[in-house]
Amino acid sequence: MASTGAGYDLSPTTFSPDGRIFQVEYATKAVENAGTVVGMKCKDGVVLGVEKVMLSKMLLPSSNRRVATVSAHAGVAQAGLAADGRQVVARAREECDNYEEVYGIPIPPTVLAQRLSEYVHYFTIHGALRPFGTSTMIAAYDEREKAHQLYVLEPTGVCLRYFGAALGKGRQSAKSEIEKLDLTTLTCRDALKEIAKMIYTCYDESKDKPFILEMAWLCEETKFEYQLVPQDLIDAAETWAKKELEEDDDDDDDDEMAS
Amino acid sequence: MDLNSQEFYGGGLKEGEVSTGTTIMAVAYDGGVIMGADSRVSTGTYIANRVSDKVSHLHDKIFMCRSGSAADTQAVSDYVRHYLGSHAIEVGKPPLVKTAANLAKRICYTNKEQLLAGVIVAGHDDADGGSVYVIPLGGARPRPPFAFSARARRRRRRRAAAGTCLKVPFAIGGSGSTYIYGHVDHTYKPNMSLAECKVFVKEAVTRAMCRDGSSGGIIRLVCINADGVEREYHTI
Repeated sequence: MASTGAGYDLSPTTFSPDGRIFQVEYATKAVENAGTVVGMKCKDGVVLGVEKVMLSKMLLPSSNRRVATVSAHAGVAQAGLAADGRQVVARAREECDNYEEVYGIPIPPTVLAQRLSEYVHYFTIHGALRPFGTSTMIAAYDEREKAHQLYVLEPTGVCLRYFGAALGKGRQSAKSEIEKLDLTTLTCRDALKEIAKMIYTCYDESKDKPFILEMAWLCEETKFEYQLVPQDLIDAAETWAKKELEEDDDDDDDDEMAS
Repeated sequence: MDLNSQEFYGGGLKEGEVSTGTTIMAVAYDGGVIMGADSRVSTGTYIANRVSDKVSHLHDKIFMCRSGSAADTQAVSDYVRHYLGSHAIEVGKPPLVKTAANLAKRICYTNKEQLLAGVIVAGHDDADGGSVYVIPLGGARPRPPFAFSARARRRRRRRAAAGTCLKVPFAIGGSGSTYIYGHVDHTYKPNMSLAECKVFVKEAVTRAMCRDGSSGGIIRLVCINADGVEREYHTI
């Protein structure tokens, strides 16, 4: 067999001799090439931002949403195969409804994250199934602890809790930008701008396809309900980000001239 | 159903089935709840147990007062105890009384054709303090009290979409309770002290036990608050 996997990459039920599961790694690759997704847990809430790549100019801007609400106090943003993502969203909604029906209280974020990761992991241990080509960011509010949380669920089924996270093409630069911020004092309103800037930083107008910046949050302002960020705030964040980037460019030009 | 049948007069009990023809109650007071019950278990006219415990333990600080068929209510409380235990492990902290009541409601409602169970779930948790929930026989669906706003009423109706589980300041149940509705409505006052509340419960259960032929034996009290759980019993 000529391919790199040498026969060990045909099924997620087979380990390669050095202990890897290629099918799952390929699923992860599908996410790495997707539009950037940035999530931050700020002082007063969680903000998620998505670079939604528009494949055609004729598409409605609101079509193929990459953010979804799964219950009043929980929502997701996804990178990777959109159709796979919908499967995870459907399951998340089911888990939320079911938990509340049985226990009479909203599902705690930890439990939601754990149940979803069990679901995604299941697709990595059966020969007849294909792993999800999607990573999911989960923003949720813990009503009992009065705390908001951010999780990232990977195609492997691993789910970890973060202060800030980034997925997709621009994840490296976005991550290093997040590290520079003080997330214990940053507010959600400021985070909107920062996220817009991160997404525009790794976007190359000449190379990349046009995109729409989709944002959703769950914060004090929304009474910790997961909602789409109002369009005027997104527009403001975008103009701010573009202006910042132009100024940075100008600074760079100045530096070059000086040297 | 044949109106002359044993089934009808037994209130849904099968011949020879053990019933907790009962007096049970739970009252929220300032800082916790007190649950009370008589101790008589009868099979027709025979007293199968005169010192039974009708206040079942569901979790550290959550209990259930049982009335109806002894077998049915024991099974319900066993299931709730099981689910609540798993739930507590999953969330990593003590469960809410609300959760226990919701689990009990689901079991009572989904099996309402099979069960003869009217229960009161009460206890203490750090989110709501002391609280009392009634789950009546079958699945009647009373309107939430008008003390709530229209929005809160809608929300409560949605929550109670299947089965009934009502949060109340105090609740009485079992065959003996019918004798004391007037008494408790007259004597109850909100925010009683522990001592006041104990007297209130003891008095009410005693009166019911005296009047009701299916209630009797001893009075069991369970006091639950932030400090813990205390049990006591009294003879008349």
